[in-house]
Order: sequence, then structure tokens, then C-alpha cells
Amino acid sequence: MLQAIAFYLMAAVTLGSGLFVISARNPVHSVLWLILSFFSAAGLFVLMGAEFLAMLLVVVYVGAVAVLFLFVVMMLDVDFVRLREGYAQYLPIGGVVALLLMIEMVLVSFAVADRGAAAGKQIVAAAADASNAESIGRVLYTDYVYFFQAAGIVLLIAMIGAIVLTLRHKPHVKRQDIHTQVGRKRSNAMAVVTPKTGEGIADQ
Amino acid sequence: MIIGLAHYLAVAAVLFTIGVFGIFVNRKNVIVILMSIELILLAVNINLVAFSRHLNEVSGQILAMFVLTVAAAEAAVGLAILVTFFRNRGDIAVDDASVMKG
Repeated sequence: MLQAIAFYLMAAVTLGSGLFVISARNPVHSVLWLILSFFSAAGLFVLMGAEFLAMLLVVVYVGAVAVLFLFVVMMLDVDFVRLREGYAQYLPIGGVVALLLMIEMVLVSFAVADRGAAAGKQIVAAAADASNAESIGRVLYTDYVYFFQAAGIVLLIAMIGAIVLTLRHKPHVKRQDIHTQVGRKRSNAMAVVTPKTGEGIADQ
Repeated sequence: MIIGLAHYLAVAAVLFTIGVFGIFVNRKNVIVILMSIELILLAVNINLVAFSRHLNEVSGQILAMFVLTVAAAEAAVGLAILVTFFRNRGDIAVDDASVMKG
């Protein structure tokens, strides 16, 4: 009973804040609703017994991705009112498509749950001696170790790509150039002149 | 009342639909489109974890982790492209980005 209450509460919060994400006028509010949505989805994960993934969701999304979104939304000086043009125009057709999609997907999920390959299986309680994180680790670092490495490469490439895309060197800004600084030699840094008395040193 | 597989699948289906609907109605605002994509991927993750629990098979959660990885990478690169686009054009309306008539 308690589980049912928790499920309905978190499902309602997830879906409601998801709706607010797409309907909020201010994108900053959208990001905050997105954070709430991910938080309650993490609660759903805990209910399903996937604690490790729930914590990962909170750390990765609330801690990193949502903050990234917030930074970008707040840094860009954009007229968000103009971006909402066409909202009412696409509302009816979008609503019809969304309604059809929702009906189909809910029907399919009930059918899968009732008669699909998963039907009739009893939920087996996880082995008491292995926590969720431990059982994930046992599989992740053995069967899926190459995929794990590939995920690391994906993250590396994304990081390099983001830096390459956003890094820019403004012209007319003096920067420290370590290479020339270290590569300086006496020959191109100084010159010995012997000026005549009373004439100064003009452009040697 | 027992909360079973169908409940979680229904929640994921509705969340997926919300994401698709968000892409439909916010066609000019790339930031909200990116957030809608995040919602869609979250729905996928809920599905994966629900089946993982139901079949008592932990590899579904591993797949959800990989989806999470790719979603984070996608958000980072997408926002970087957005920042570059804003620098070049001073606006982020995606329907202006039709130089290549694609």
C-alpha cells in the first residue's frame, strides 16, 4: 500500500513536471522543472530497486546536465517571447499526434505486461547477499567491459567536441605564448650596438 | 495494490509522449527541444529499468547506464553547438538555420 502511494506520487510529479518543462514560458523555469522531473524519476528507480542508477541519475542529471542547461540558458541573451511564436499554431496537430502516440504506447505496454514474453514471470527478489551496485559491477566489468570502455570514449569525444566548438581566440587580445617565450634565444632577443657619441641609437 | 510492470511502462509511455509533444510545440526553441529529448531518453530508461526488475536481469540497468552516458554527451555537444550558433547569428531560432535548405 505504501509502495502504491509512493509510486503514484512520484509518477504524478514526474509527469506533471514533464508537462511544465514543455509549457513553461521561461526556459529557466523549464530547466528547474526538468530537475524536479529527474529527481522524482530517480525516486521511481529507487522504488524499482535500482538504487545505483537512481543516484547516477541525480548526480549526472541534476548535478551536471541541468546545471549545464542553466548556464547556457542564462548566458545567452535571447528573446524567448519571439521563440514561442507558433506555439498555438502547432498545438492542435501536436496534441492529436501525442494523444494517438500515447494511446498506442499505453495499449502496447499493457499488452506486453499481460501477454508478452515478460508475462507470468514472478518478480524474483534480488539475492540478499548482493546489493544493486555490486550486481551491476559484477556484470559491467566482465561481460560489458568493452562497452564500458566505449562509453568512456564517447564521453571523451563529447568533451573534446564541446571544447573545440566553444573555444575561441579573440584577435587583438594579448596572450601568453609559452612556446615563443621558452624558445627565445639570445640572438633574436638582444643586439649589441655601439653608438657614436652624441647620436643616440636610431633603428639599428 | 501491487505496482507491476504495466504501471511503470504506462508512466514511461506518457513521459515519452510528453517529450514528443514538447518537440512539436516548441519548434523554434532549441533549448526546450533538447530538454524534450532528455525527457524521451528518461522514458526509455524507465522502460529499461522496469523490464530489468521484472525479468530479474541486471543487464537492462547496464543498458540504461549507457543511454545515460550518451544522453549526457548529446546534451554537452548540443549546447556547445547552440552557443556557437548564438555567437554567429545572435539568436537561437532554429527555423533561421535553413541556409542549406535541408
